Amino acid sequence: MYLNRDEEAILNGENGEVMQRLFRLLVRLGEIYNAENMIPVGSVQVAGVSYKSVDDPGLAFLEDLSKQNAKVKVLTFLNPAGMDLEAWEEIGFPKDFAENQLRIMDAFKKMGIVITSTCTPYLAGNLPRFREHIAWSESSAVSFSNSVIGARTNREGGPSALAAAICGRTPNYGLHLWENRQPTIAIHVDAELKYAADYGALGYHVGKQIKNKIPYFTGIKDANTDLLKALGAAMAASGAVALYHIEGLTPEADLVESKDLEKITVSKNDISDTYNTLNKGSDPDIVILGCPHASLREIATLSEKVSGKKLKKPVWICTSRMMKEASNRMGFTQIIENAGGKIVADTCMVVSPIEQMGFKKTGVNSGKAANYMPGFCKQEVVYKNIDDLIEEVLE
Amino acid sequence: MKGRMISPGKAEGEAIVSTEPIGFYGGIDINTGIVIEKGHMLEGQSVKDKILVFPNGKGSTVGSYVIYGIAKNNVGPKAIINKETETIVATGAILAGVPCVDGIDIDQIKSGDILEVNADEGEVNIK
Repeated sequence: MYLNRDEEAILNGENGEVMQRLFRLLVRLGEIYNAENMIPVGSVQVAGVSYKSVDDPGLAFLEDLSKQNAKVKVLTFLNPAGMDLEAWEEIGFPKDFAENQLRIMDAFKKMGIVITSTCTPYLAGNLPRFREHIAWSESSAVSFSNSVIGARTNREGGPSALAAAICGRTPNYGLHLWENRQPTIAIHVDAELKYAADYGALGYHVGKQIKNKIPYFTGIKDANTDLLKALGAAMAASGAVALYHIEGLTPEADLVESKDLEKITVSKNDISDTYNTLNKGSDPDIVILGCPHASLREIATLSEKVSGKKLKKPVWICTSRMMKEASNRMGFTQIIENAGGKIVADTCMVVSPIEQMGFKKTGVNSGKAANYMPGFCKQEVVYKNIDDLIEEVLE
Repeated sequence: MKGRMISPGKAEGEAIVSTEPIGFYGGIDINTGIVIEKGHMLEGQSVKDKILVFPNGKGSTVGSYVIYGIAKNNVGPKAIINKETETIVATGAILAGVPCVDGIDIDQIKSGDILEVNADEGEVNIK
């Protein structure tokens, strides 16, 4: 791989041993994937934040790194943590878990990382531009930034994203290169989709079939960023789709070569069959919304639905700290809390230890959450759209 | 035998060979270096100070941190030899500074063989 003079110097240890080792990781990964060179990155998002995911080995590694004075060079955000970093005690997260989680956050902060834990950095103050090279980790954030924004990132692991943040570079391969951003399959959607759960079902269905291909969608006439985030998250979870194009909606759709592709049609029946596959019953112990993290618009929608009413089961909506602040100001938080619900910031149901908190059956409207919760959280899933879910838990 | 350098360094020691992939997270105890995966062909054996030979890694990406952790706790292998190193093992070996070579015909190596590893040159020799 070609390295410029500055990069050679890093590899020779002229910028210290920590950077040398992290850069060696990037060079080696670049060689494994046949990268020709390194490229500067504009921003980074690091995964492997929840203590539930990284455990003691990850905690030890991150503390070592921070003690060695490693510092990030570019704007770096974090993936969700395992708990609400402020209200963890009140919500009922276990204390020993919380202590380890806070140590992890502390280590990140010492490295200069902005400790806003969210899978929607683009809604919280880390917004890349079209064609900007970035190194992001969380699969739905990777999908959104590649597809909806048109920034360029591979799906990074925790350590490779950290290395990119500290070295300010990433190896130039995969989705950083235009030729690898071309669609490899066409998907025609022949169904009316309304709810985020509909887009989650579409994404789950398509991801299962196409694995890591790049789909080119037709037939989706209009969808706002909330719905696109639901679609991308589900496809990245059930498959490994890191980039999609939608005719008329996403920025690269008119630029890529979309002719002569193998074509799959998704019908209304495919969507309802997917609902049936994901949904394992009714009467959930808890309803958790906000996977990926809720936008302010989604928080407002929930607040409208529960305003002046009482919930008989816990309802959480997960979001970033920034969206929660806006929700507080608008009074949405108060309305949701008055009904008996909670706005949970910094974390999400997939990475928090909800199985240790007595819940067995969780209601979700996210194809991604429905994909992971049975395994990661030992939950039975109730999969419905937001109206039907809230209907079930209103007194 | 000639392969590809994944992580630099030199080491000499006794081989411990698994013909099955190894998942480090939940597969090897971070404090003892003992293989704890139920039913694994190396279950109960320690990788400490051995040259660990296996086809490739598997399982959770947290495995990279386990490789780092066993090295830091001085219960890790002296070197890692793979048929094909994937990113979990590559990341762990590089972060931990454990010499690692891939592209090696590991069928020729048996547990107990004394190996000489020069990862800088991608070389592995049975003594």
